[in-house]
Amino acid sequence: MMTTMLTFDEINAKFGPEIKESSFRDNRRVHVPPAALFDVLGWLKNDRGFDMLVDVTAVDYLEYPGAVDRFNVVYMLLNMASKERLVVKTAVNPPELELPSAVSLWRGADWMEREVFDMFGITFAGHPDHRRILMPDEFTAFPLRKDYPCKGYGERHNFPVLTRAES
Amino acid sequence: MAVGMPENIFLTKLDAAANWARSNSLWPMPFATACCGIELMATASSRHDIARFGAEVMRFSPRQCDLLIVAGRVVMKMLPVLQRIWQQMPEPKWCISMGACACTGGVFDTYAVVQGVDRFIPVDMYVPGCPPRPEQLIAAVIEMQAKITRTGTLDGREFAARTTPTGPQPFDVDELRRRREVTPVPGLEIYGQTPIRN
Repeated sequence: MMTTMLTFDEINAKFGPEIKESSFRDNRRVHVPPAALFDVLGWLKNDRGFDMLVDVTAVDYLEYPGAVDRFNVVYMLLNMASKERLVVKTAVNPPELELPSAVSLWRGADWMEREVFDMFGITFAGHPDHRRILMPDEFTAFPLRKDYPCKGYGERHNFPVLTRAES
Repeated sequence: MAVGMPENIFLTKLDAAANWARSNSLWPMPFATACCGIELMATASSRHDIARFGAEVMRFSPRQCDLLIVAGRVVMKMLPVLQRIWQQMPEPKWCISMGACACTGGVFDTYAVVQGVDRFIPVDMYVPGCPPRPEQLIAAVIEMQAKITRTGTLDGREFAARTTPTGPQPFDVDELRRRREVTPVPGLEIYGQTPIRN
């Protein structure tokens, strides 16, 4: 099992200079373009021992000061042997909101990717069961997008009304 | 008592006899989705003891119940379930909407939470509170019994007259408020907020 800490130079040497690194306190983050995402994740899992996918989530940066990309999809990885953690971020922009699915690498990505799809409308190519997970199947909007109003577009009123005489 | 009638025989109307039986053996269907459900359980437990009012038989099958107690907020995914439960209950049946969330949506004024179950199913009694104390629920049950005694009929014909929905229809104020939030109206501020930009 790999015991040395992953270095940024190592990623750059393997995947080229378009992969950027940043950090916040003790969180190390790599920023990966969508085209390289699956290769980077696969290499991190198979060669670098990041055997646990802690979380997959997304952030909508609409109207965020200084942001250039609309969405970021965030993968949080953990190396169970060395206790090393890594955050992988990928920027996606409309209209091409599609990423490769990580379910073939970590089975745990299944529901988390469905949640990202349900809340943000980002699709995952190759996902084995690509459905909504929280909202009803007939729901059409993506509620965690910043341009979605807090009270919705009236979906909560879209039900038949039963009167006492007829039920 | 009439002359010549034996003791322990009373004359009454069939409606009144049915109401007396029904009102004193309400079988609640606990539709408990949130903290009101905890108060509902407390109402059934020994300290408050809803059995004193003949309503202690909580059945989790709607086909054996005649009093639906909606205890807690109802979300979009749950409302079709609630409506089906209501339709599965045999006549005669009544509904108590317990707590602020079941009555109006409460603090959960969001896209997924139904703003009052009375918009979609008929409601006979509202219990305010967040959550209501067990005493309030017991008061509602007593009031329910009084209502059944007062208005009930043997064949349930009092229900046939209720052809209009119980809740606010057709969401005029709600729709207006929501549309204003989505589409900015020039010069018109809603609640001092600027409308959401697209």
